[in-house]
Amino acid sequence: MNPIFKIIKLIQSFLLEIGELSFFAGRFFRESFRRPFEFKEFLRQCFYMGNRSLLLVAVTGFIIGLVFTLQSRPTLLEFGAVSWMPSMVSISIIREIGPIITALICAGRIGSGIGAELGSMRVTEQIDAMEVSGTNPFKYLVVTRIMATTLMLPILVFFGDAIALFGSYLVENVKGQVSFLLYFNQVFNALEFGDLIPATIKSFFFGFAIGLVGCFKGYYCKKGTAGVGIAANSAVVFTSMLLFVIDFIAVFVTDIFYDL
Amino acid sequence: MNTTIQNRKVIIEIKDLRKSYGDNHVLNGFNMTLHEGENLVIMGKSGSGKSVMIKCLIGLEKQDSGSIMVMGEKIDELDRATLDELRTEIGFLFQGSALYDSMTVRENLEFPLRRHTKKFGKLKDTTPLVMQALENVGLSQTINLMPEELSGGMKRRIALARTLILQPKIILYDEPTTGLDPITSKEILILMKSIQEKYTTSALIITHDVDCARVISNRMILLVDGVNYAEGTFNELATSTDPKVQAFFK
Repeated sequence: MNPIFKIIKLIQSFLLEIGELSFFAGRFFRESFRRPFEFKEFLRQCFYMGNRSLLLVAVTGFIIGLVFTLQSRPTLLEFGAVSWMPSMVSISIIREIGPIITALICAGRIGSGIGAELGSMRVTEQIDAMEVSGTNPFKYLVVTRIMATTLMLPILVFFGDAIALFGSYLVENVKGQVSFLLYFNQVFNALEFGDLIPATIKSFFFGFAIGLVGCFKGYYCKKGTAGVGIAANSAVVFTSMLLFVIDFIAVFVTDIFYDL
Repeated sequence: MNTTIQNRKVIIEIKDLRKSYGDNHVLNGFNMTLHEGENLVIMGKSGSGKSVMIKCLIGLEKQDSGSIMVMGEKIDELDRATLDELRTEIGFLFQGSALYDSMTVRENLEFPLRRHTKKFGKLKDTTPLVMQALENVGLSQTINLMPEELSGGMKRRIALARTLILQPKIILYDEPTTGLDPITSKEILILMKSIQEKYTTSALIITHDVDCARVISNRMILLVDGVNYAEGTFNELATSTDPKVQAFFK
């Protein structure tokens, strides 16, 4: 095939996928406000997503805080600005590193899980079985999962941020004999609501994107076991891309507000 | 042909059903009637449109043209709520059992009961209904097991119990004996017969298993290239001299 046609076809299929995803999101909003509400399943999903990602987010957050401080320390020492370490680490982690890293981890952990789970349910006709038993599978499987990821991600981000700051404190304590009180006093002095609020808002969007793409890929999974693998894999790839786009938009919008 | 059954009320009527996927014309004007208390077997080769037809019948797929009437209701014209209510009268046994992996046997059986308070009232305790359904299939001891702990035959029987729990008037079987060993297949067939006798349900059975058709059918339709090729009782079709019909019984 002509390479130009190939590119056109790729763009076409990408735009088609974006259109289908938008339609899927529209259906999510419509179904979210209609009775009956699957509250029990929503709570179950919140528990699974939050609880099962906790350790991974904690370990990653701790290592990031640790490594970030270890890497930055020599440079700050050179300029005699090591006392700025808590402020620098806290602003970077709260504003950017915490939310995006936690979201990327959750895209891998939760997004792929949702894609694979719904994909295998589609392939083994479990979704059809729900439909014929008079339960709306979209409401039961999709709405609950998207709502759970949207709600749980900001909580995981807060948790990850706290652990990362603790990791950073440990380095400062060992290398610079900084006390816990002094370190966190500096952290909270440096932080403003203006740092916290945009980060929290974008975490909700990150959570929504993870749930939406995971559910979309799994719910419309092609037949066969290969389809399940593709659904899980493409859920992670597409979500990761989407997270950076959302992050860029969020930073851009926040920057406008800072200027005001 | 069994004239007593043929004189009974028509419970499902399909007229000129057509369905295509792009250039692949799966159903090309399929017609069918199912009477109250009848066991109708539809036989056809793989890809002849049997499963697509049954999915159109339950509203999982939308036909391109033609009409499907189930208990006097036109399936494609029903809104979601009415369709869901009608579905409580139709049980569907899936080819691969389609048990929910993440739920126990009890939860699998309770699942269809959640939204059908009109039929059963608000149930405080579903245990008697679950136990009755499990006893019907002889597997009451599996109530707390997960689907992964069950054998293929047990899964099929649990799926049948899940189908029965809503006490449907019609049961649709999609390849009920496929993938099972001959002994388990026979057990499933006996179970299907006993359920039909106990609850006087009507059954539409999709299969390419000749033994299944022989044991269970009152009437048969042979589906070739998306249309009815031949129709009659098992004996009528088995003794037919038409080579295309004979190919099914070899």
